[in-house]
Amino acid sequence: MKVVIIGGGISGTFIARELSKYDLDITLIEKNLDIAWGTTKANSGILHAGYDDFPDTLRAKLCAKGNALHFKLSEELDYDVKRTGSLVVAFDEAGLKTLEELLKRGKKNNVPGLEILKGEEIFEKEPHLNREVKYALWAPTGGIIESWGAAIAAVENAIANGLKLILGEKVIDFERKNGRISKVITDKNTYEVDLVINAAGLYGDEIAKIAGAEFIPIYPRRGEYILLDKKIGGIVNSVIFPTPTEKSKGILVLPTIDGGILLGPTAEDLSEDQKENTATSSYGLKRIIEETKRLVPSLDISYAIKTFAGIRAENPNKDFFIKESEKIPNFINVIGIRSPGLTAAPAIATYVVEEIIQDRLKINLEKKKTFISKRERIKRYSELPLEEWNEEIKKDPLSGKIICYCNMVTEREILEAIRRGARSLDGVKFRTRASFGRCQGNFCGPRILEILARELNKDLSEITAGSEKAWILNGRVRP
Amino acid sequence: MKTDVVVIGGGAAGLGAALSAYKEGVDVILIEQEERIGGILNQCIHNGFGLQYFKQELTGPEYAEMFMEKIKDTPIKILSNSFLHSIDEKNKKIYLITPYGIQTIETKAIVMATGARERPFGSLLIPGKRPSGIFTAGVAQKYMNIQNILPGKRALILGSGDIGLIMARRLTLEGVEVVGVIERLPYAGGLLRNVVQCLEDYNIPLYLSSTVVEVRGDGRLEEVIVSKLDETFNPIPGTEESFNVDTLILSVGLIPNTELLNDLVEIDGTSRGFSASNLGQTSLDFVFAAGNCTIIYDLVDYVTLEGEKAGKYAAYYVKGEKFTGKVPIKKGKNIGILFPNYYTSRDDLILYLRVRRPMEKGRLKVGSLEREYKDLVPSEILRVKVPEKYIENYSEIEVSMEEA
Repeated sequence: MKVVIIGGGISGTFIARELSKYDLDITLIEKNLDIAWGTTKANSGILHAGYDDFPDTLRAKLCAKGNALHFKLSEELDYDVKRTGSLVVAFDEAGLKTLEELLKRGKKNNVPGLEILKGEEIFEKEPHLNREVKYALWAPTGGIIESWGAAIAAVENAIANGLKLILGEKVIDFERKNGRISKVITDKNTYEVDLVINAAGLYGDEIAKIAGAEFIPIYPRRGEYILLDKKIGGIVNSVIFPTPTEKSKGILVLPTIDGGILLGPTAEDLSEDQKENTATSSYGLKRIIEETKRLVPSLDISYAIKTFAGIRAENPNKDFFIKESEKIPNFINVIGIRSPGLTAAPAIATYVVEEIIQDRLKINLEKKKTFISKRERIKRYSELPLEEWNEEIKKDPLSGKIICYCNMVTEREILEAIRRGARSLDGVKFRTRASFGRCQGNFCGPRILEILARELNKDLSEITAGSEKAWILNGRVRP
Repeated sequence: MKTDVVVIGGGAAGLGAALSAYKEGVDVILIEQEERIGGILNQCIHNGFGLQYFKQELTGPEYAEMFMEKIKDTPIKILSNSFLHSIDEKNKKIYLITPYGIQTIETKAIVMATGARERPFGSLLIPGKRPSGIFTAGVAQKYMNIQNILPGKRALILGSGDIGLIMARRLTLEGVEVVGVIERLPYAGGLLRNVVQCLEDYNIPLYLSSTVVEVRGDGRLEEVIVSKLDETFNPIPGTEESFNVDTLILSVGLIPNTELLNDLVEIDGTSRGFSASNLGQTSLDFVFAAGNCTIIYDLVDYVTLEGEKAGKYAAYYVKGEKFTGKVPIKKGKNIGILFPNYYTSRDDLILYLRVRRPMEKGRLKVGSLEREYKDLVPSEILRVKVPEKYIENYSEIEVSMEEA
């Protein structure tokens, strides 16, 4: 059976990995030149405990389950997840009411270990929090996750199990036969198909529309962020949320997987045609600073090293839209995946494969006998004890050649990233963390560019920062 | 490996330090993380180096070459491609990552000559998209001068520091159209000679009291929005101007590289560089520091001189000298950047300072010394030798520049 998954974000890649356990012919089509370059690349990277969403929603059902699954999967697939715990803080009695409601909801959603802390109990965990904080909801299962790392891990493992990954092709049409989709048509190719899974993120509504299936409107909600240097990494230990509002979980302060601090996101609804508007704004950045300083007054914004914005796939239903189509029997929508989509991703994948495909569509899937469950990440030499690193260098001198000074990334890691599919500066950056540090690629950027050109046998001018349009250099100074 | 003095960094400060420590008769190892020593000098192919030190005008590579030649004839051991991983301050050991394995060096003293890095675009909190085509001046310089490639076709420059001005000229000479230089202050950030030789001679406009308020572009930079600033550096609505450029070059300041030793030695709150005495000694007695990892200098000649001094006193330290009686030096009125942070009477006090704002006439006070200066600007470092008689018996030395 031929399955086509549309979209290489966290949902598509995790579904691909789950499906790759079975005897199927799977193709994942992604319009960008690399995976995880949409919403998955620019979000808060939070592992939600699961107390936010109303019971009986898919969000609630899949969030706590996904949270637990990430720990098993991150071991199999070797990606980064950390249970830092999370705190929702309140400054007054009205806020306490909200916390109590979240606690109640969390218990219904089977979130373990929730408790409301008071006064000093809070500052023992987080000494830099605003002293005016009175109460906090502590969720020990809250945490952080490197979202793009998880997607890359899932896809690499799926490829090892037979997935065909198609990058840089945009789905533009479908061919139908007897009311079913028979072919997926991209701007470059045509793929025969027996089952289509729509995980096209921000464009999930458009794909469903073209297919003639049910859909919900997806509108872009922009979230801006400020990333701070590792140097002040210890300022918070866990994910700090303000008291949530109707619309969003608010602007947070949280540690990142590699030790930095992330501030954000704002939540700004944009018009339908603004799905690519990842621009930051002066008012957005200003708000982030004001609101995070209210949580952690000693935050020093002069440690900022990067600002960026991501677009979340919002929808009016206040829930995920994960359903087999009633109009097109071989089309499944996995859309409207906003927060806590990243946390829920592994549970979304099993939900789609087990409940939808097997139970409801009654498709009989056979487990592959040759399934490879494990995937190893690119070895990070800087995380090894020095003696072990020394042994590695003796076998392989390039593992002792530091290219990125800020994050201590070696030439071997860059070469391995290229071997695994990196074709641009961003491709290398998101696989190795080279250029992610405090100098933001000023020292290593030119060197990585040279390595990419050399390894791919291209001219320096042909290497881009990411997308095709993101050219970096303009020919020689002298011939 | 064992040695007397390890110098970290093979740029102008490190080369000076290694040579002077060697001259005092101690064993020296020089650590360089790049393949070649010379540091940023290697990519500075313009002239203007060495006027103070060599009394002649050299290019960056020529200036570095003078020291490399001298080092060749010494037993100073150079470890290139060697990255400083960590320092064990208790046992005075340093660990290096190299392609030949992890090296451990036991040493008696260290000279930090780690230079500075450029402030990245992300730290400026400029709104907009994140297209390619935004380079710091040093990166653009490296692409052009070392890798022989052009960064774009039409460029705007943000920041009128020296390297920004020099890149304006360099880009123009190589056929990139430079449409202007944007400066947030009401005066240029770089040396006057560079404003004349790099902008005025090529008719490149300098926009003062202005800044970039947005960058636009799908993939590659397409448009930069510039706005005028009021006295408190806030953009004035309605003054926005659009520049269609594919390249934005940033010359917005340097940050001393001190991160590895941040928790071990004292850091200056303003410069964010290593605090050090007039002998180059930091708060950790066997660690010395010199050059742009202490304060950002305007002339490389000063960096060399300070490197030499730090190297010399590191050698004296190895030979058993203790430098006691550190008198703190404090910033008084109108002083922006000041080095050193402490005075030890073992040697002369040579002050390096930047005033906070341009001053037609200023009266410098240091201890009991008073001296008048004309045409002071923050972009130019004032180097002042203060004889001992003016600062004897002070428990704290204040440095100020009064309006005269």
